[in-house]
Amino acid sequence: MADNTYMLEVVTPERVLQSNEVSFTVVPAIDGELGVMKNHAPLVAALNIGVLRYVDAAGSEKSIAISGGFIEVLDNEGRVLAETAEHGHEIDVLRAKAARERAERRLEQRAENINYTRAEQALKRAIARLKAAGAYSD
Amino acid sequence: MAGAGIREFKRRIRSVKNTQQITKAMKMVSAAKLRRAQEAAEASRPYNETLRDTLARLAAVTFDVRHPLLAKREDVKKVGYVVITADRGLCGAYNTNIIRAANTAIENDERKIENGIVAVGRKARDFYRKRSGLDAEFINLGDNISYADAREIGQYVVNAYENEEVDEVYLIYAKFINVLRQVPTVTQLLPIEPPEKDEEEKDIVIDYLYEPSADEILLALLPRYIGSQIFNALLESKASEHGARMTAMGNATQNAGEIIDSLTLAMNKARQAAITDEILDIVGGAEALNKGGK
Repeated sequence: MADNTYMLEVVTPERVLQSNEVSFTVVPAIDGELGVMKNHAPLVAALNIGVLRYVDAAGSEKSIAISGGFIEVLDNEGRVLAETAEHGHEIDVLRAKAARERAERRLEQRAENINYTRAEQALKRAIARLKAAGAYSD
Repeated sequence: MAGAGIREFKRRIRSVKNTQQITKAMKMVSAAKLRRAQEAAEASRPYNETLRDTLARLAAVTFDVRHPLLAKREDVKKVGYVVITADRGLCGAYNTNIIRAANTAIENDERKIENGIVAVGRKARDFYRKRSGLDAEFINLGDNISYADAREIGQYVVNAYENEEVDEVYLIYAKFINVLRQVPTVTQLLPIEPPEKDEEEKDIVIDYLYEPSADEILLALLPRYIGSQIFNALLESKASEHGARMTAMGNATQNAGEIIDSLTLAMNKARQAAITDEILDIVGGAEALNKGGK
């Protein structure tokens, strides 16, 4: 509708999660959040595990949890490549909460036999999913 | 006694018909699974292609990046082969062809150095377990391949490469051409050879902003590129497996039909022979009576 929108695609190896017109996107880049509006210069950025937020053509804000990846912007087309991505409203909050608790327990125990980075990543993913679902609290 | 022969035919026809029903059902199941596998391959294409294009562009602007996954090693001591087969048989020569392609690739390596196998799928595992050189196995991936499977295999391979357990890695899988044709393919996985830009894109240089930097993006991208290549190979293999099984089961159903036809013919002949025998008996008996009466 409005002419301040551009195309945003979110692509995972398993599916094209979404492909629609948006007016504003915020992605979790490595060095902090990065906003993309219409007529952005060509850009390739690496992304962290986190929440991608965008404002769609109707003006409502939506969230997608992503597990790291890239965004490429060219000629008013944004394409996010992520290994996994989920819409906020698709996320199973109970499962994400359970995953978060499990990861936190593992990190607290500091057992020798656990993979520390892996547990940390799992915790980040769980928190990103909770944030995207709007169910995050400290 | 003639009746017993016919009963035997009937029994055999029934048994072949049962088998035919099973092969027919398996063919239809494979057809459905093939369609799903092809859809999955289709769905993965945008990701793979974008990743590939981005890597090609990055490779063109970052010549001097020394990444371990990119560097060719001078002294290659051991070569790794990731061999992707199915978990199950009953799909014609599908598994055999892949294992043969793997063995040919190993034999044709003129350096004659040590090699290790990463078996994906039970058939490859079973084959290489009997011989030496099985480094790792990934089995029971099921019919719905998830990206997590590919990432796990990718992580294993990248780790082994970074720890210098292997110095080159090849991927062997069946490329899906169509239902009748699956081509065993050998591609180099590591060190990564960055893809070339498309012809029409070659002259166009777009001045991208790289955030945080082209080098760092390249570093983050390379392991994912391995993952996406393995994922792609897994999907192709799955489609090939179901294609091969469809063809094999189609042939089996047809063969069963031919056996049923020939058994039915033989049975009818036997029945006719039995009837002719009986008529001859009766006629003979009647003749004898007539002669005796005269």
